[in-house]
Amino acid sequence: MMPKWFGKSELLSEKNLVSLTSSISAILVGLLFGLVILLISNPAQALAGFKTILFGGFTGGAKGIGQVLYFATPIIMTGLSVGFAFKTGLFNIGASGQFIVGAYAAVLVGVHWTSLPPVLHWIAALLAAGIAGGLWALLPGILKAYANVHEVIATIMMNYIGMYSVNYLVTRTVYDQLRNQSMTPVAVLPKWGMDQLFPRSSVNGGFYIAVLMVILIHILINKTTFGYELKACGFNRDASQYAGINAKRNIMLSMVIAGVLAGIGAGLLFLAGSGKHIEVVDILAVEGFNGIPVALLGMSSPIGILFAGLFIAYVTQGGFYLQLSNFVPEVIDIIIAAIIYFSAFSLIFKNVIGRWIRGRKEQ
Amino acid sequence: MSTFYFLFQQTMFFSIPLLVVALGGMFSERSGVVNIALEGIMVMGAFIGIFFINFCQANYALSSQLLLILALCVSALSGMVFSLLHAYAAINMNADQVISGTALNMFAPAFAIYVARMIQTVQQVQFKNEFRFDSIPGLSKIPVIGPMFFQNTYLTTFLGLIILGASYVVLFKTRFGLRLRACGEHPQAADSVGVKVRGIRYAGVMISGALAGIGGLIFVIPTSTNFNATVAGYGFLALAVLIFGQWNPKRILFAAFLFGVMKTLAAAYTGIPFLSALPIPSYFYKMTPYIATLIVLAFTSKTSQAPKAAGQPYDQASR
Repeated sequence: MMPKWFGKSELLSEKNLVSLTSSISAILVGLLFGLVILLISNPAQALAGFKTILFGGFTGGAKGIGQVLYFATPIIMTGLSVGFAFKTGLFNIGASGQFIVGAYAAVLVGVHWTSLPPVLHWIAALLAAGIAGGLWALLPGILKAYANVHEVIATIMMNYIGMYSVNYLVTRTVYDQLRNQSMTPVAVLPKWGMDQLFPRSSVNGGFYIAVLMVILIHILINKTTFGYELKACGFNRDASQYAGINAKRNIMLSMVIAGVLAGIGAGLLFLAGSGKHIEVVDILAVEGFNGIPVALLGMSSPIGILFAGLFIAYVTQGGFYLQLSNFVPEVIDIIIAAIIYFSAFSLIFKNVIGRWIRGRKEQ
Repeated sequence: MSTFYFLFQQTMFFSIPLLVVALGGMFSERSGVVNIALEGIMVMGAFIGIFFINFCQANYALSSQLLLILALCVSALSGMVFSLLHAYAAINMNADQVISGTALNMFAPAFAIYVARMIQTVQQVQFKNEFRFDSIPGLSKIPVIGPMFFQNTYLTTFLGLIILGASYVVLFKTRFGLRLRACGEHPQAADSVGVKVRGIRYAGVMISGALAGIGGLIFVIPTSTNFNATVAGYGFLALAVLIFGQWNPKRILFAAFLFGVMKTLAAAYTGIPFLSALPIPSYFYKMTPYIATLIVLAFTSKTSQAPKAAGQPYDQASR
């Protein structure tokens, strides 16, 4: 039996502490692995390169930090998308498709609905992005709930279908033929003071919206009955059904919410007024896939995802400057992959660290 | 008729890699380890294999078919070694198999680009495609069969069919196959009669690594003249083929062929008179394999034959 003083809040904080420590251990091991790669490929420059990875994100001072926030915004959203679905026991590998469909909706509304006043225009475009992303995720949700189709395969297929559909639709509706990309939306997100805080960077009010979504999802998962039901379905679908929870409805809703989050992430990027366009090429949107490491590193908790997104944006930013010391920036992807690989061991980490913490408490 | 033969030959280029990789996935999942890393392993196998070809073509004068055989061995070996990472995470560390697979999928293309650019400054690895048979003497003269299988073909087509036959025999006619299937269905029962579950699962994952490595190479060779750190989602398509094929070699062959046909239509519909006359945008043809997968899965997934223990770490204490 647990002693009475061992209250709920304390249990929670220990659990969080263990999660945090295992994430940080994975990051440290991953970074060490990156250092080894640098040492093997170019020993003379390796330490300078490693320093760039660690501190490169701050290059340019306030501008550098602004850029980190700018790059973090969409991957925090796709990370939330993947992480939210994870909480419900679903692996949403389709954030990429939901993202690009959302991007198209945002650009379409942002380019054409010019009769709206500017304040409403960006809101309408952002909502369109969320709705489109949500609808794109609804189909895999239905297939999972009613036909038992594994969501990993279904969402991968939806990624490709989304990419080709969007490429086709862009060429038909919002095409800039000269550059083989989408036209520039008129609707632009407000800056909300970000341009004064971080001059000359691309960051804008979108970051605030992402943080707001993090808080909303945190409340939804942890403080509402609906969130509790979703989590229950994730732990054990049969048991939750037995307890009177409508598992099918929850699976679909969870996919839709995940899709909405990815779609909004796309809206925040493509309405940023930073010169980002949908390019008509047969390549899946990379922001969607970057949500996966963000979610995994953040242990699927919204607050964790916020920090994981910032961290990954930060090292990626550092990676850009690696080219100055003759390194290829892909080493960052290698490091992130290594971090994810080691975070898959979290169960072992957690047991070891949890035992250690408990051991210290008993002394 | 010549259009038909051309399309059939193209279909083989697309089907055989899917077949080989899906068979690889079958060995892993039948042993109880979900292998979502097939895509990454394909990239790794293709990268090292193509790099090997690139290096040999520049430095040695090997006969082309010998070089191809050596490259296939190199790809198989590199796929196998790479898959050990997944096996270790899944079998020894009881890790979430989807997460470790995702890590491998992220690692492989980054590694391919990094190494290629560090060595030769551009990320595309070039090779001369000298491996194609215009026609195989004698056999290519057989009516119908000749043009279908023995003209404009590669050694790898036959290798794929051999792997299919071998997979069937190994899975259903050998002691190893029986043990493999037992570990995927009920590892506790297998363990209780003395089967080494971890060892068998390692074997399953390593076979899948070798086959996915080969699959990566034989996907790239007929369809390109350089390797650009991607296999265009073929590893994921192979997963779909595996599920549609219900983890069974014969049905996997059928599924792979069906996908090959659709991929061929997407790539070559302009060469088919009545299709190119239709006012359907090319994007639609590109989408069909993926849409068809969804439809097929929607109708076949209810009665899934998936190995029961796939994806679950084996816990000896729960015996």
